[in-house]
Amino acid sequence: MAELTYRDAVAAGIAQEMRRDPDVVLIGEDIAAAGGVFKTTVGLLDEFGPERVRDTPISEQAILGAVMGAAMTGLRPIGEIMFSDFLAVCWDIAANQIAKARYMTDGQVNLPLVIRTANGGGFRFGAQHSQAVENWAMAIPGLKVVAPAYPADVKGLLAASIRDPDPVLFFEAKGLFADKGEVPDGEHVVPLGTANVLRKGKNCTIIALAAMVPRALEAANRLAQDGIDATVVDVRSLVPLDTRTILSEVSNTGRAFTVEENPRLCGWGAELASLIADECFYDLDGPVVRITTPHVPLPAADALEDLARPSIDRIVAEVRQAMER
Amino acid sequence: MAETVSPLEARGPQAKPGGRGELGSERLITELALYRMQVELRLFEKRAYDLFLQNLVKGTSHLGLGQEAVAAGFAVAMRPDDYTFCTYRGHNHTLARGASMTAVMAELLGRSNGILHGKGGSMHLTDVEHFAMGSYAIVGAHLTIANGAAWSAQYRKSGQVAVCFFGDGTTNIGAFHEALNMAVVWKLPVVFVCENNLYMEYTPIAAVTSVKNPAADRASAYGLEPIVIDGNDADICYRSALTAYERARLGKGPSLIEAKTYRHGGHSRADPASYRPQSEVEEWLKRDPVDLYKARLLERGMQSTVLDAIDAESLAKVDHATEEAKAGPPPSPDALETNVWADGGAAWRN
Repeated sequence: MAELTYRDAVAAGIAQEMRRDPDVVLIGEDIAAAGGVFKTTVGLLDEFGPERVRDTPISEQAILGAVMGAAMTGLRPIGEIMFSDFLAVCWDIAANQIAKARYMTDGQVNLPLVIRTANGGGFRFGAQHSQAVENWAMAIPGLKVVAPAYPADVKGLLAASIRDPDPVLFFEAKGLFADKGEVPDGEHVVPLGTANVLRKGKNCTIIALAAMVPRALEAANRLAQDGIDATVVDVRSLVPLDTRTILSEVSNTGRAFTVEENPRLCGWGAELASLIADECFYDLDGPVVRITTPHVPLPAADALEDLARPSIDRIVAEVRQAMER
Repeated sequence: MAETVSPLEARGPQAKPGGRGELGSERLITELALYRMQVELRLFEKRAYDLFLQNLVKGTSHLGLGQEAVAAGFAVAMRPDDYTFCTYRGHNHTLARGASMTAVMAELLGRSNGILHGKGGSMHLTDVEHFAMGSYAIVGAHLTIANGAAWSAQYRKSGQVAVCFFGDGTTNIGAFHEALNMAVVWKLPVVFVCENNLYMEYTPIAAVTSVKNPAADRASAYGLEPIVIDGNDADICYRSALTAYERARLGKGPSLIEAKTYRHGGHSRADPASYRPQSEVEEWLKRDPVDLYKARLLERGMQSTVLDAIDAESLAKVDHATEEAKAGPPPSPDALETNVWADGGAAWRN
């Protein structure tokens, strides 16, 4: 085990796969010589050279198009979109082209590719560099959607995403880049579509994703001091979704809370609430509660950004209030 | 009945890299391949239009009538493993790579024997087996995707070229400019072919474009040579293609070719094209690429019986494809939730 930061785990996951498969290539803005604006690709150019680690112009459509064309002709490319907000300028390639090519051609086209992007808030960057857009991706049939919370999962899920035969949108939580965690030495792969139960409780189940996971876990620890014993589930992968684990953990406690960084409407928790209502209704002791960013663009000022994103205090307060009702 | 020889088979020595068709017999083979392909494409598209009028072609379709010389010239000049990327006006380009005519026709009819088993339709024709890497229906996107195939060929050192066909309207969308810049910076083996048919859907391209030649006049912005060719002359298209493919294979980077041509019909099936002046239409019909090529071959001493035989064989092939396509059943309901993922399924949960 080595202690790595979340950002170092990104490079470690890519390097692990590039060493084992010469078809894995990486492109993006500032990812080669500069090592990435978030320093998530440091050392890759030196180890793998400019043919495999290639800087691009500020041309997000050209990046995703290149990744798609390379994937359909035998490579296993990774494209970086610097901020997930920028997916909006190349969403045609992601949502119309990459997501649909296999289905439209009834399987003629293979697209083993990964789109990595820094997602979510916490840096006071304002509304166009802080969004959590995982729910955009989740709404498009044909895209797999992964969003890890811990360095070990970053490495393991990134490796699995690169090996996956389908296109994966890999959301790196911007707010967690400096966080450290133990990462297994040697080859490490975490299968997609597996939620992780981080804490087992008796009273309620808190379901969280990416940057919200450490907060949910800390909130659960505080709630335990008040006698509320919470299960915490790290979703890790929205598509494929490990409904077996999530729904069973909800049924076990009879109460469900989602903690989502995305804005309120059509957040991933809404889909979960719907699934819980459909399939766990008779196990529930109370309504599903969604704890989300309000339905506003994310503000820049630290005081407002902190208010917008679900905080540990807010999670504790909302869970306690609902449990006492 | 037996299938007649396909354009792909008929092109003979030109399938080899560097095949110039300079020798007498090679030149003859090329000429006949260009002629046969244009005739097949013409008859196919006319049949597609007839089937649309019979309400058998569902959805929309964008015919390539009048633009056969570009499709034939550039395809005949390709190596069999070069990549084609084209637009929703892609019947010509897909067939020109050797896709089964029956399967393409059946796709237009929404049948299970369609080339995409009915899941893609007219605007998404793809035949990976013949390196026809897809027809793309959002303007501009596929230029960036062709770059990706060219990048892959460059990385694998395969010597393949990616050839990307698009319309004049595409030159005004951002992806065109992103793709050209990256292709030049990365020296990609990609050939961009703008089929300038003078109309961006319903609007004259000149009315919405800052320069006279929408593609060629932008070439210098990317350090490329401006190339404008007669897109209704199959010989010129063929020779321009060979030059550009050779440049790409030698590692000298992309080319941007603007081929002037004309749609005989409207933008799509709903469009009677009444916005075009009659005199302009008549002028271009006089320059019909199939008629022009036939006249040229006769002038060069080709026996009319040879060309008449090609016409008859092509019609028989289209008839045969039509009957086979019509005989196909609609897709089974089971097909709906398949092939979203590589495992063949559509599951998003466990």
